[in-house]
Amino acid sequence: MNAAQVDSAQVEALAEAAADGIEFDGFAAEAEGDGYVLATEAGSKRVVHGDALDDAAAEYAPYVTNWYFWHAEAPQAEDRWAYLRWLERADDERVPDRYDALEAGTTREWGQLRVTVTVDEAGTRRYELRHVDDADAAPADLTDHDDPLDARQLAKHDDRDRYRPLKTAPTLQTGWRFADLGPGELVRAVESFYPATVANWHREREGELDISHWRETIGRQSGIYGVVRTWDRGEGHEHVDWVAEACCVDSQCVKRREWQYDEETDLDVDGGDGEFPCREPCSVVIAAARRWTKLEGEQSRTYEFELTPSEKEQIEDIVDAVADGRTEEIREADVYEGANRYRARFLRAKRFDDDGNLSGVSTDPEEAEGGADADGSSADEDEAAEEASDD
Amino acid sequence: MEALVIVAHGSHLNAGSSTPTFDHADTIRATGAFDEVREGFWKEEPSFREVLRTVESDEVYVVPLFISEGYFTEEVIPRELRLDDWDPETWDSDGTSATHATLEATDVDKTVHYCGPVGTHEAMSDVIVQRAESVTGDPDVGEGFGLAVVGHGTERNENSAKAIEYHADRIGEMDRFDEVKALFMDEDPEVDDVTDFFESDDIVVVPLFVADGYHTQEDIPEDMGLTDDYRTGWDTPTEVDGHRIWYSGAVGTEPLMADVVLERAADAGADVAAAVERVREETGGAGATGD
Ligand code: SF4
Repeated sequence: MNAAQVDSAQVEALAEAAADGIEFDGFAAEAEGDGYVLATEAGSKRVVHGDALDDAAAEYAPYVTNWYFWHAEAPQAEDRWAYLRWLERADDERVPDRYDALEAGTTREWGQLRVTVTVDEAGTRRYELRHVDDADAAPADLTDHDDPLDARQLAKHDDRDRYRPLKTAPTLQTGWRFADLGPGELVRAVESFYPATVANWHREREGELDISHWRETIGRQSGIYGVVRTWDRGEGHEHVDWVAEACCVDSQCVKRREWQYDEETDLDVDGGDGEFPCREPCSVVIAAARRWTKLEGEQSRTYEFELTPSEKEQIEDIVDAVADGRTEEIREADVYEGANRYRARFLRAKRFDDDGNLSGVSTDPEEAEGGADADGSSADEDEAAEEASDD
Repeated sequence: MEALVIVAHGSHLNAGSSTPTFDHADTIRATGAFDEVREGFWKEEPSFREVLRTVESDEVYVVPLFISEGYFTEEVIPRELRLDDWDPETWDSDGTSATHATLEATDVDKTVHYCGPVGTHEAMSDVIVQRAESVTGDPDVGEGFGLAVVGHGTERNENSAKAIEYHADRIGEMDRFDEVKALFMDEDPEVDDVTDFFESDDIVVVPLFVADGYHTQEDIPEDMGLTDDYRTGWDTPTEVDGHRIWYSGAVGTEPLMADVVLERAADAGADVAAAVERVREETGGAGATGD
């Protein structure tokens, strides 16, 4: 049995609200004559005189404190309220069972976040937030934070201190903890790690998610991104499948991609199992698509290379290792790995000519210098120029 | 409820790009002038597309942390915020005089007071002066000093040059510095030749940029001859052609910028007089007279 206790402010609020009738989470209260009727979904019912409301409320303490928390303490904005209720499985569990679970702590995951909700005897919920990979970490090994806005800084870099341009990339750094947040603070912290996910998740639950598919999103672009429109040539959506496979699958982004090629045409790639939806191609995808639009304007050519079978496989290993972000894991002396540094250096020493051409085959046989990328501008310059642009 | 949403460019490459936005938002948040303060970005999250749905308030002041009127303030931001009735004519601006427009966003049930960019507000002149004070460590800096306000030229955005000239003129009228000049990155008078344009031995150079990045930390320092390689850094001041150059880095990192954000919201009708006072006091702008 749990230890919920009703305080006088809660009884007062109950008396006031009962005048209009309360029905919430399996608990009902209404004024009747100069007394009240209190009832629960479990079938218990009490009729009490006005003076005796304290005692009766105490008997229904979990229900009363639960009602009070959700109406007087939790944020009332619909999406935040719904999210906080989802965290403690309010729609799935009746109050007494829920309270039993909350006493030990109810845990849910949101992307790479792990939220544990507990309740005190007054019904007030407290929230602990940490990285899913730190589930079993001792608190002493984690750095404590109490300002939810600290999450903005934590979200900026991964564990190797590299900048994370995509907040929902599964590279959230570990080693931190928000030990004791109130309900509003918890939502603020979650929204700082993963902005707008609570609002969009809620819209989706309500059947109101405003998805903007690839075609529509690309059609809206202007300035330096307007060019991406030319990548759709009315010849299907295979190129967009590749974009989604490159950027949006679960190994790259914890959002569940809901956008498709267009309203009628789904992409062939799975959107993933993320808890919260992605409603349109993000800026990282659009910026990459701009680059691909340019690169994919090239025609394929036939090149002839001299490679041993193992060298061909090694090139495939290297592409795989880069694409899967595994290069750092490959040990220095593990020469059995094709993407090992010594192996790659050996391949380069043997197969590249002085101009960096694989097997001495120049990229463009017509041009004197092969191999170089004609486009000299860097991503930094592109970004700076765009910021100043008026085109 | 009322919210302030500061919208800025952000970056896919540079972690520091959003820092001034966060800092100014935090300064304003601490005043309690708004029920909610949020940041939204073009290249980061929350995106312009989704930032309005992250606030609960039904009255939202949107202040662009951009330097000039143009592509972003007139086209990208209103489009992405879904201010469907927006028309650049609403601002009735000569290129630096936009104040605000009141509109509805179509994906949320909110009234949006869409403000002009911080860069063209008159209070920005005070921030530039304060930036000069910060970099020289002298609250009375002026006499014996030249001041260069630096920005893009007209090549990409005609209004960009207008904003630079507007502030150079205003600061010139203050009679504080011996000389004040507007210099540009891609046209004459060019920042590369900064020492040619000043008689003063000491020249403070303030780039009118929101955040430090490629231009303010790589391009301009190398072009002015502060360093051959930006990665090795430079001294402040650095001696160039017999002048001492005091290079301040992006003006947008100056804490007093929070005041300009508030002024923008105030001009659009937000009741923030007390917050303005407090922010000026906290960020060293108490002596500055913005009006
Ligand atoms: S577009 Fe793809 S990568 Fe970008 S947020 Fe959505 S699912 Fe993630």
